[in-house]
Amino acid sequence: MKTEDLKNTQEYKYGFTTEVENIRAPKGLNEETIKFISKIKKEPKWMLDWRLKAYNRLKALKEPNWQKPKYPKINYQDLYYYSAPKSASEKPKSLDEIDPKILETYKKLGIPLVEQQRLNGIAVDAVFDSVSVATTFKDELTKKGIIFCSISEAIQKHPELVKKYLGSVIPLSDHYFATLNSAVFTDGSFVYIPPNTRCPMELSTYFRINASETGQFERTLIIADKGSYVSYLEGCTAPMRDENQLHAANVELVALDDAEIKYSTVQNWYPGDKNGVGGIYNFVTKRGACRGKNSKISWTQVETGSAITWKYPSCILQGDNSVGEFYSIAITNNFQKADTGTKMIHLGKNTKSKIISKGISAGNADNMYRGLVDIKNKASNSRNYTQCDSLLMGNKCGAHTVPYIKNNNATSTIEHEATTTKINEDQLYYCNQRGLDQEEAVSLIVNGFCKEVLQQLPMEFAVEAQKLVSISLEGSVG
Amino acid sequence: MLSIQNLEAKIDNKNILNGLNLNINPGEVHAIMGPNGSGKSTLANVLSGKNGYETKGQIKFNGENLGELTTEERAQKGIFLAFQYPLEIPGVNTNIFLRTSLNAVRKAKGEKEIDTLSFLKLIKEKASELGIDEKFLSRQLNVGFSGGEKKKNEILQMKLLQPKLSILDETDSGLDIDALRIVADGVNSYKNKDNAFLIITHYQRLLDYIRPDFIHVLSNGKIAKTGGSELGIELEKTGYANIG
Ligand SMILES: Nc1ncnc2c1ncn2[C@@H]1O[C@H](COP(=O)(O)OP(=O)(O)OP(=O)(O)O)[C@@H](O)[C@H]1O
Ligand SMILES: [Mg+2]
Repeated sequence: MKTEDLKNTQEYKYGFTTEVENIRAPKGLNEETIKFISKIKKEPKWMLDWRLKAYNRLKALKEPNWQKPKYPKINYQDLYYYSAPKSASEKPKSLDEIDPKILETYKKLGIPLVEQQRLNGIAVDAVFDSVSVATTFKDELTKKGIIFCSISEAIQKHPELVKKYLGSVIPLSDHYFATLNSAVFTDGSFVYIPPNTRCPMELSTYFRINASETGQFERTLIIADKGSYVSYLEGCTAPMRDENQLHAANVELVALDDAEIKYSTVQNWYPGDKNGVGGIYNFVTKRGACRGKNSKISWTQVETGSAITWKYPSCILQGDNSVGEFYSIAITNNFQKADTGTKMIHLGKNTKSKIISKGISAGNADNMYRGLVDIKNKASNSRNYTQCDSLLMGNKCGAHTVPYIKNNNATSTIEHEATTTKINEDQLYYCNQRGLDQEEAVSLIVNGFCKEVLQQLPMEFAVEAQKLVSISLEGSVG
Repeated sequence: MLSIQNLEAKIDNKNILNGLNLNINPGEVHAIMGPNGSGKSTLANVLSGKNGYETKGQIKFNGENLGELTTEERAQKGIFLAFQYPLEIPGVNTNIFLRTSLNAVRKAKGEKEIDTLSFLKLIKEKASELGIDEKFLSRQLNVGFSGGEKKKNEILQMKLLQPKLSILDETDSGLDIDALRIVADGVNSYKNKDNAFLIITHYQRLLDYIRPDFIHVLSNGKIAKTGGSELGIELEKTGYANIG
């Protein structure tokens, strides 16, 4: 085998910028900014009050500092909190009124929005910086009583639902980033599935950061009413920039009796360059409440992008017999860092949770699984199974597993398994000897390693995710 | 087909091969015997292009200089190595591995990729010829396979990829009597006038089934003696003491 490097890493495919005229809030975090956001979104007063309450709480909070990846101090006064294409600020609009440049952007990202080219069976909400620019298949969904729109629209049109559920899973002053989000969130998706309804298509949101010096504060709320089912997927990309940009999202899920929510993420924010310059800080709070009996929430995440990924999609298993699942692939290459995992809080009887985490680390990267399983004293006959596998490529990267386990009910059990393996030269040699080149070999081994998680993704996305997994590791074995 | 001239190989500053010469023509079966540590596996590794060796001398394969080719290019051009210790690759389904491998080789030859159905038919056929249970094919590659099962899996891959030169590194070690015969039959049925074999072994019993045209004794990194198929029987009696 020649020792020369692999064909060097493919450039980040989604790193382009779209030139559009933007409307921005003045820089800085203050009441004026919050009022600006609320006003431009034509929010009712209760919403503004809620934001301001969050902002007041925020003043007393400090950024958490227990995580493994450290980052330079963020100057919150030097950020834009609202940036939207001028053309999209007068929502809602019909598709043919959308700036062609924005349509073109989504087309380039593989998410065509115009009628003729739409993805079959997948409804898309497209969020561009701080606004949702389009939501497809709305009419079809409305016929079934399903609400799928931007959170901004929901605040105006479905205030009773938003008031009831917003902040009901992630309390207003949960922690610094969640509270910051509550004060300045701009857009995201809202989903309501009425009782006994199975959502007939995949719902998905595509988040795009475009503007510079701007934070993106996504807010998503999904409610599955009794006996309903929905599968939701989010994707994310951003331009290549030398600056680090903050994406601090709050996602809340509520599943009532016998309802099921399947939430999948394919996170491919710009990871920074080979030397660790630039990239997104992906600091996200995702939490689901299995509020009703026999309800189920399943998180699947494929995290390949971002300079730092810091998130713990969690399940609060309140209803008896409720089920929480977390399937995760976190890939870190070059100088990327991830501190991710989940929290499974068992409150109801006979609750079950399952955690399958696959961490892959290459280059100089650092990958941490951190997870909490907490079985409270009333959660009798509950069970957790956790499996954390780490795969290392090369000698300069790191993998860590930190499980926190609390079991306060003698009838309940927690099982934890962890492995760390290294792709070794001999395995690669074996594959090469069978005609596979370095990339094919790595891709085969890595996809084999993550198979259990990839299988959880909706079919339409599994293939894409598999490719993404291979691409993000390209060039990592020399 | 293969011509090796004055081959030297060094690893971690240790000389292992010291001026080895060998010629193999299409249709021939060559056996290499020799004491433990004499460099047999090293020769196999150097031929297939494993990293980490410092080499001198020349290896030509069908007129082409092997030194300039990567491991996978050599494999694609028809060099196959059945490993002395086949690797386990957790998570990778055997069928998928075999298909990916076959397609890589086909692609390099400018042939079309094989579709899943045709592949399954083909592999079923080849597996049954070797008495390999289909269930093995849906297991993770070599994971938890017994020693003998791993060796059979190597021969299965050989029959699937149809190499020009097959190097078998102690494929017979660890095989039971029946498996030995099956593997030997596998080799014999694949053997033809266009391909060649380099069989590394410690035991005459394999050579009873697969009659080599030449037997070489490797000692101190060189071919110390070459003979016909009768040399194996002689060595069985006398050992390596008088050689090299
Ligand atoms: N990486 C290495 N560093 C140092 N010495 C090595 C290395 N790899 C192999 N050797 C040595 O090279 C010599 C030849 O090894 P090789 O595996 O080729 O022997 P072999 O003839 O195949 O033996 P066996 O019959 O036991 O399989 C041995 O002495 C071995 O210890
Ligand atoms: Mg050997």
